[in-house]
Amino acid sequence: MPFSTLSDMKSRLDTGEISAREITQNVLERIDTHNGTLNAFVHIDPAQVLAQADASDAFRTKHDARPLEGLPIAVKDIFCTQDGPTTCCSNILKGFHAPYDAHVITQLKKAGAVLLGKTNMDEFAMGSSTETSAYGPCRNPWNTDCIPGGSSGGSASAVAAGLVPAALGTDTGGSIRQPAAVCGITGLKPTYGRVSRRGIIAFASSLDQAGPMTRTVRDTAMITAVISGHDSGDATSVADAPVVDWLGACNPADMKGMKIGKPREYFVDGMDADVREAVETALKQCENMGAEIVDISLPHTEYAVATYYVIAPSEASANLARYDGVRFGHRCKNPEDLLDMYTRSRDEGFGAEVKRRILTGAFALSSGYYDAYYKKAQQVRTLIRQDFLDAFKQVDVIATPTSPVPAFRIGEKTDDPLTMYLSDIFTIALNLAGLPGLSQPCGFAGGLPVGLQWIAPAWREDILLSAASAYEAATDWHARTPADFDGQGDAA
Amino acid sequence: MDIDVQKVAMLARIRLTDAEANELGPQLSNILGYVDQLQEVDTEGVVETAHPHDAAMPLRADVVTNTNRREALQKPAPKIESGLYVVPKVIE
Repeated sequence: MPFSTLSDMKSRLDTGEISAREITQNVLERIDTHNGTLNAFVHIDPAQVLAQADASDAFRTKHDARPLEGLPIAVKDIFCTQDGPTTCCSNILKGFHAPYDAHVITQLKKAGAVLLGKTNMDEFAMGSSTETSAYGPCRNPWNTDCIPGGSSGGSASAVAAGLVPAALGTDTGGSIRQPAAVCGITGLKPTYGRVSRRGIIAFASSLDQAGPMTRTVRDTAMITAVISGHDSGDATSVADAPVVDWLGACNPADMKGMKIGKPREYFVDGMDADVREAVETALKQCENMGAEIVDISLPHTEYAVATYYVIAPSEASANLARYDGVRFGHRCKNPEDLLDMYTRSRDEGFGAEVKRRILTGAFALSSGYYDAYYKKAQQVRTLIRQDFLDAFKQVDVIATPTSPVPAFRIGEKTDDPLTMYLSDIFTIALNLAGLPGLSQPCGFAGGLPVGLQWIAPAWREDILLSAASAYEAATDWHARTPADFDGQGDAA
Repeated sequence: MDIDVQKVAMLARIRLTDAEANELGPQLSNILGYVDQLQEVDTEGVVETAHPHDAAMPLRADVVTNTNRREALQKPAPKIESGLYVVPKVIE
């Protein structure tokens, strides 16, 4: 039961073997047992969760089951929900109750899902380790001294520890894929514009996308099928996006004729040797299944992190201007005047990393520096996008490591922001180019999971799903479960 | 690069103690120093990315779709009076 997939649970619900209430009770018990160690959930209301499960069981007696009927799904604390608090794990939103549901939350509810509560994350999704959360760090179930990745670390930790079968995350520079990789689960960042951003607390609006984090490729498809699609409430939600046969794309096939690009810039000195070996071995396996591995180059890769750390903080400094103590969020006590209210409320409410990013952005956008930083970064972004467009003339899909290193120790990188930023070196370029990416487990390095990242052209999530499904069918890395949480451990 | 952290903090409307500013100064210099490698890229004639898919902003039909939810939307505000947001005095 603890490590059931969404698909398994669905068939057991459909045959009547188990009820949504029973599943939900099991899930709540497991969360109760392990959340003290992991700190994966930050808000949960068991009575309200059980009421949703009962409503789903009642619905099933009268109607045909909806696509996610009775299935428990956790969501990152960045999604606005009318039930319970939404805080983005920031003190500035402590006690905030959203007046509306995010579009994806509405979609999940309409599909019959049982929403379990809010998962831990880096404050405002700014981080790669879930250590900047106002609720304290979240832990990796494979080694609780280590980070679960970030920023969607709570979602990754909860799924990897078998507390829940699935969770939603968001990905601005790797925040779904990197935690999925270092926790040994599967995570999908859809094409920019595929999933509505309405009601998702904004970090960097030209980069943010929501997506699923699950135990299998098929489970990511089940959820993406529900949350994707046009929404008039988000101007960047694309109306005429090519439709994907989400579940059809997951029928495992061989890889005959598939051309997989292997970019030389993603296999570099300085990356962990075991990570490199795991990914190289995965690619050999793909070759054995009939794929052709093509050496390619994405020449502007080395500039992706620098480009991102201009564009993302610039957008963040604009987006986070709304936290001014006027309409919502924290207001300081006894402000002397308006300026004092703004500056003190923001000082008291934001944590150190969020301040760092706002100031970086404010500087990059300030008079005299705009051309050298923001304009230049948007030009380099064009070159990074062009690299991918050129590469996809040669290959169907690109495969890389998701993260250059496995999970590091809590506290190891907190004193050195720049080293932390380099954790996202292999995930950031996709966000800049608006492309879809999927991370799936492909081995272990020193007992910690390693992720394989697939990158496809815009709107071709079907290619990601079919490549990842074929690899998943031929391997069992996705089925390994952490021993300290009633799993089997990393050995086969 | 030397950055006047307090000046940037004022642009961002964040109060910083001197201790915070002293810590943030070198960190920002470090980050911006790293970012400076962008200057070596030849971007002559390269158009900036305005949208990842070069999409234009869509227009919707000019019809009223919002309902009046003033009360619900103002509920999270720190201070409300007669449906108005209350802030410290702005003009002397």
